[in-house]
Amino acid sequence: MTLLGRLSLEALPFYSWVAMGGAVVTLLAVLLPVLFLSYKRLWPWLWREWLTSVDHKKIGVMYIVLALAMLVRGFIDAIMMRAQQAIALNNEGYLPPEHFEQIFTSHGTIMIFFMAMPFLTGLINIIVPLQIGARDVAFPFLNSVSLWLTAAGAGLVATSLVIGRFSTAGWTGYPPYSGIQYSPGVGVDYWIWALMVSGVGSTLTGINFIVTILRCRAPGMTLMKMPLFVWTTLCTSLLIAFAFPALTVVAAMLGLDRTLGMHFFTNELGGNMMNFANLLWIWGHPEVYILILPAFGIYSEVTATFARKPLFGYRSLVYATAVIALLSFTVWLHHFFTMGSSASVNAVFGIATMVIAVPTGVKIFDWLFTLFRGQITFHPALLFTIGFIVTFVIGGMTGVLLAIPPVDYQMHNTTFLVAHFHNMLIPGALFGYLAGMQYWFPKAFGFTLNQRWGKWIFWLWTIGFYLAFMPLYLVGLLGMPRRLEQYTTPEWQPYLIVAFIGACFVLAGLCAIFIQLWVSVREREQNRDTTGDPWDGRTLEWYTSSPPAPYNFASIPKGDERDAFWQMKQTRMAYRFTQPSSIILPANTGMGVLLGVSGGILGFAMVWHIWWLALLALISIIALVVVRSSREERVSIYQPELIQSLEKPWQTSLAQAGLIGDGDPI
Amino acid sequence: MARLFIRSLTSAPLLHLYGLMMLCGLVVLSGCSLQSSPLLYPKGPVASTERELMLFAIAIMLTVLIPVWGLTLWCCRRYRKGGKGEYRPDWCSSTLVECGVWGGPLIIILLIGYLVVVYTFRLDPYKPLTVHSTDTTPFPVQAVALDWKWLFIYPELGIATVNELVFPQSRPLALEITSDTVMTSFMIPALGGQIYAMAGMTTHLNLIADQPGTFTGRNTQFSGTGFPQMYFSAKALPDKAFEDWLGTVRNASSMLNSAHYHQLARPNKSYAPVEYFSSVDTDLFNHILARYSAPSTALANGAL
Ligand code: HEM
Ligand SMILES: [Cu+2]
Repeated sequence: MTLLGRLSLEALPFYSWVAMGGAVVTLLAVLLPVLFLSYKRLWPWLWREWLTSVDHKKIGVMYIVLALAMLVRGFIDAIMMRAQQAIALNNEGYLPPEHFEQIFTSHGTIMIFFMAMPFLTGLINIIVPLQIGARDVAFPFLNSVSLWLTAAGAGLVATSLVIGRFSTAGWTGYPPYSGIQYSPGVGVDYWIWALMVSGVGSTLTGINFIVTILRCRAPGMTLMKMPLFVWTTLCTSLLIAFAFPALTVVAAMLGLDRTLGMHFFTNELGGNMMNFANLLWIWGHPEVYILILPAFGIYSEVTATFARKPLFGYRSLVYATAVIALLSFTVWLHHFFTMGSSASVNAVFGIATMVIAVPTGVKIFDWLFTLFRGQITFHPALLFTIGFIVTFVIGGMTGVLLAIPPVDYQMHNTTFLVAHFHNMLIPGALFGYLAGMQYWFPKAFGFTLNQRWGKWIFWLWTIGFYLAFMPLYLVGLLGMPRRLEQYTTPEWQPYLIVAFIGACFVLAGLCAIFIQLWVSVREREQNRDTTGDPWDGRTLEWYTSSPPAPYNFASIPKGDERDAFWQMKQTRMAYRFTQPSSIILPANTGMGVLLGVSGGILGFAMVWHIWWLALLALISIIALVVVRSSREERVSIYQPELIQSLEKPWQTSLAQAGLIGDGDPI
Repeated sequence: MARLFIRSLTSAPLLHLYGLMMLCGLVVLSGCSLQSSPLLYPKGPVASTERELMLFAIAIMLTVLIPVWGLTLWCCRRYRKGGKGEYRPDWCSSTLVECGVWGGPLIIILLIGYLVVVYTFRLDPYKPLTVHSTDTTPFPVQAVALDWKWLFIYPELGIATVNELVFPQSRPLALEITSDTVMTSFMIPALGGQIYAMAGMTTHLNLIADQPGTFTGRNTQFSGTGFPQMYFSAKALPDKAFEDWLGTVRNASSMLNSAHYHQLARPNKSYAPVEYFSSVDTDLFNHILARYSAPSTALANGAL
């Protein structure tokens, strides 16, 4: 018994049909791909080419695969809640309270940590090294470790559906409710360990990209010549590196409360939950900018490309980004204006919060002035950008409202708040990631996505968003609190039914994403991107083949102009190739996977108090790190002949497209 | 046919459709019963001022939003490929525009920032309130959050109630709030904003009702399984009716001593019915607080 800690047969989900359903779906979602891969005998290929890869592009793709899977999972949670609230007037609905609570917790946790974070990390991974003309990130192996730690965290959340239960304390996990006295099960522990394991991964990513951007830029690319996506990535990475430690600490302290009976946040013995709220939001507010800034970068790139103009007010945009990043650390208290702080404290934090609206407004106008006097083509990526501008300002407005303390006293904890933050996160972040996917997909895979389906995705998500969340603003004005499993106020129901219909539109939009992928893969031969520059791009990622060779650029391009590639094309300096010299890249390694698996097992063992297993996992982690650090780095070497043969097809198509002038060396 | 439909949906005038959709959504929804909104139709001066503040801030911000929407539509129409606008591939800076772009939002935020300072102090929930021309001494009530109900202690009267908060409408309501369970949040939306209730701590909330009436109050902070049931009715009664009600409570048979309190504090599965207690330990609120206050007292109480 003690050998398995708290784990026993009771952990299996036989206690209700909802739990069974969740477990079966999870198992199928894991088993079907596993069976498929085994049937096709693809495991060796997958291991060699993907799982062990340290290539930033492949790591990026794996991040996005994870993000899309988690988007589906998170959305299933969402539509289940919408269905429940649509019917639960004066009755239990179909979800018992315990399940409803697990679902809103897992929805929030998954969407933030395992959908949004991997999605943006994936896009950053694929694109940033290419945009700065680098061969890879500064620490390719660390990058692989980050990926697998993130995956391990996601794995822990998924495991909780099959073995045990998930937290019911909301994505913020406020004590004392999340303390051992009020939440004695394993749920909160799953939440803690999923956050801590993946949080280490995120922190490492942040550090990796700070160094990559500061140290690995192409010759000539000064900071003020970097593409805006690189700037937003730099700011996001700085935020990650400074904010995530707070999360790790606060989660660890809650874990200590729960496992070792400490009293940081309990009601008794001098514990104080207000400390938790402060620490959590010192991470939490920067976190929303961690999610949103990269999307801002994507919108910038997309706007410039499809308006065929340089960004208006590049400097303003850079300073606005930096100011937002800085200010995001000064406003955390707005998440608990109602905790009884004095009027002066609340007023200061209210004003600090609203000040962020200034640089944000600047950005909006700069994008609009980029469109102004442009030559606009409505690619799906640009549609998402326009949808974002039009919708995001509504979220900005309600955000400023919530930053006025007396207004927040009334709106806090209501669905008005839920509508506000979805208004920031869906148009503000997710639309950006989807735009990035539409825009950069050909770079990663060598063929473009079907644009007709791209437009469907945009319309379904946009209409769905408005229908699903505008009613929540109104029902918030009717006084409906968030996280409500059932209610007795008939006036709320019509709004909640409309919101459910909206979620159905989003469901269709979600399906459209996968249909688009399917259709595009099927039609890939017609939609090959042979030149590597399908949208007449402006930045360096378009100045290489699609997909790029493992080393990205046969010879490192110059970055001494803003919109470097566009300038090269204007001055006919693009596509002048020189003799390549040999290139050394780090070789693939399975250590990242092993570290991730060990991290996942450590988390699992800690959740269930299986101490011997936790110890083993910890030893394995230390051993892996020691071995890896003391061993000589294995590399793969690309000789000039190999490079030339790898570059040949791209250069041939360039020549066929008439892009390489007479006499240019091939 | 289908293709035609898709094309018409996604062609240049797409943004018109976009605007139309938003309008329709808003119209349809506001047709629903917004009159029942405690926030838009408040019943007390605190909530009314909060509403005015909100509507005023919305009005100010619409002066930015509407130009943004307009400009977006206009740019997309005029500067689409093949549109009327002149394409200027290198136009990317203008000091004048930059000044406007930073200055506009800045002015608006300064304006709203000024409102924040003024109103945050004016509407400080801790500030005692006064009613003109009547007996203005506030009516004290102590509220305790339990799993999952509210206990109200009336120290002036020596009585207590569960899930019903009754006060004379002529006097401002002065609440002291704590929790004997996890953190919750106390709110009567028709009268004003909310404040957290935390174990071992007291928070304050001052409210006034303009007119007699019954309002819904609730906990807005998720606090466990019974959270949906954690609401109560708040009644502001005219003096005479209040005296009558007081008579009913005084005639109630049950008294709230500490043994009874422990029973009451146990979690309830379904909605806890309204209960009246004709007498209550005057120190009960402080006892509840003291259970959590300092480590030494907790140790003395045998909490370990
Ligand atoms: C795709 C459509 C989505 C729908 C229909 C949806 C729906 C919901 C619903 C019904 C809730 C619970 C509201 C309540 O407490 O009353 C919720 C909460 C939440 N959602 Fe979403 N959501 C969606 C997308 C997202 C995305 C993309 C993110 C983040 C990137 C997100 C983050 C959250 C968070 C953090 C919470 C709070 C969870 C908590 O209360 O602890 N959601 N959402
Ligand atoms: Cu915040």
